[in-house]
Amino acid sequence: MITFEPQFFTERNREIDDGTLRAIAREVRKDILKMTTNANSGHPGGSMSAADIIVTLYYYKMRHNPENPKWEKRDRFVLSKGHVCPALYSVLARTGYFPIEKLMEFRKLGGMLQGHPSMDTTPGIEISTGSLGHGIGAAVGMAIALKLDKSDSKVYCMVGDGEIQEGSVWEAAMSASHYNLDNLVVIVDNNNLQIDGPVDEVMSIYPTMEKWKAFGWHTIEINGHDFEEIKRALDEADNVKYKPTMILAKTVKGKGVSFMENRAEWHGKALSPEQLKEALKELGEL
Amino acid sequence: MEKVSLRDAYGDTLVELGKEDERIVVLDADLSGSTKTAKFAKAFPERFFNMGIAETNMMNVAAGLAASGKIPFVSTFAIFGTGRAWEAVRQSICYPKLNVKIVCTHGGITVGEDGASHQALEDVANMRNIPNMTVIVPADDVETKQVIRKVAYTDGPFYVRLTREKFPRIFDESYKFEIGKGHVLVEGEDVTIIANGVMTSFALLAAEMLEREGISAEVIHMPTVKPIDKELIVKSVSKTQAVVTAEEHSIIGGLGSAVAEVLVENCPVPMERLGTPDVFGLSGKGWELLHYFRLDENGIIEKVKKVLERKEK
Ligand SMILES: Cc1ncc(C[n+]2csc(CCOP(=O)(O)OP(=O)(O)O)c2C)c(N)n1
Ligand SMILES: [Mg+2]
Repeated sequence: MITFEPQFFTERNREIDDGTLRAIAREVRKDILKMTTNANSGHPGGSMSAADIIVTLYYYKMRHNPENPKWEKRDRFVLSKGHVCPALYSVLARTGYFPIEKLMEFRKLGGMLQGHPSMDTTPGIEISTGSLGHGIGAAVGMAIALKLDKSDSKVYCMVGDGEIQEGSVWEAAMSASHYNLDNLVVIVDNNNLQIDGPVDEVMSIYPTMEKWKAFGWHTIEINGHDFEEIKRALDEADNVKYKPTMILAKTVKGKGVSFMENRAEWHGKALSPEQLKEALKELGEL
Repeated sequence: MEKVSLRDAYGDTLVELGKEDERIVVLDADLSGSTKTAKFAKAFPERFFNMGIAETNMMNVAAGLAASGKIPFVSTFAIFGTGRAWEAVRQSICYPKLNVKIVCTHGGITVGEDGASHQALEDVANMRNIPNMTVIVPADDVETKQVIRKVAYTDGPFYVRLTREKFPRIFDESYKFEIGKGHVLVEGEDVTIIANGVMTSFALLAAEMLEREGISAEVIHMPTVKPIDKELIVKSVSKTQAVVTAEEHSIIGGLGSAVAEVLVENCPVPMERLGTPDVFGLSGKGWELLHYFRLDENGIIEKVKKVLERKEK
């Protein structure tokens, strides 16, 4: 297991090579699949598409302190597409917010890890989410508060590409550029799948870049599974002034397991124990 | 009792209705597999509209379709249909009294593992408080089929609350659902138990167990929460002089509140409400959560004993 002292995370832009990030992301993917199979429910597909980005945020980019989740100087991460919390729970456990064994309490009665993120029960969760389209508005509020407090902390927020069909997402986008929130970075996990099928068939959101541009955002498009590109985009956002940044991350739902990739059916269904074995083999375990 | 799926009954009935009547159109918000409107989508793709994850707009679009002579059925999870989209339902559907049928699945605590964000414990309250809205909470698949047929051909806005979890079948084909009518399933003398949804099956179990203890409970199934069957409540309570309500919903604003409103104005008697006690839900298995919140025969029996103590005083 790749571990770091809590102090490692308290400065931004850490020295960590892509090979290490990739190895951590592989562990996170295994956690996602084990957690959801153990719970016999949950959302593996979108967790796998988001994993590389969340790993890069917590291991490379964000200033945070696993020993002190409410540390005043921390950067915030809001998982607006709350259903993919297995990816976030795994990263929080692996960076030291709570013991890794807790992952097996996911979705269990009385457990600390709710089916969707709950800030009351889980250290490191900045705001409760699960109903799509709300988290990004809360991220705007956090970014405004940080400006009021003259803090240089930043707010990172991940939304799904299906999620941005919600009108409230665009209300949030409008307000973020209106208030010149250059301390806010939104990452759109563009796996082009939602529950009922491909996003462009269910309800097209395209052209995405142009929409965010028209709403006054600085926009960057990347491959959401290329650590170099993820790092570079997050760094580029640091230098944007008076505008929020939207990173359109092209991703693959179910990334990392051949029989799950690009298949809508793995949105909200756990692998069977046999399928889990096969998947873990692909991910280099067993 | 055999456990049956209310949402499958909904999907199947939609397909039948689609065959009968060209005016039937169906809207969903990226949950058609779960709400079972996918069955209709497959049979009548040209009359099915996936509106994406945009529930508020879906309600407004349904209003426009109804204003143009269509009969829209609108489905999503109960919390999104009655919460996220509440004001569109109020302004665009109920105020103009439009012919829109909102049928939501995943009501109640039996949503299970998804947890508090997805467990609608206030959906009945949300819909009951809007003028012109009729609110129905069926108990099983037999009743669901009849409810869906009835609302399709009755003018005006409706909210029908269905669930993710399968529930025990309590009715056979002799059952006749009527809008606004409660049903006495067991006659009794000492206490009236009024329930709907899954709680009706627990009320039947509770009545059996109480009978063994010499307590005679009258069980009323009350699928229509609004307009509520005032006459039946007054008639039963005049006899028993004590009431327990049981619902898979918050005790605020749902069946318990509706019954209490009738009682205070007509025949105040001791009453106890069983439901979730003004709290959010949490993750767990559906049936596990029912027992956790005492939403079962034991919870009903506890309330009955409490209300009988108060009645004796
Ligand atoms: C307001 C709201 N409507 C519906 C849902 C049910 N739901 C959960 S995930 C999902 C699809 C999300 O698709 P996307 O945003 O693309 O997420 P990803 O592909 O990354 O999993 C839906 C409709 C919800 N959680 N919230
Ligand atoms: Mg997606």
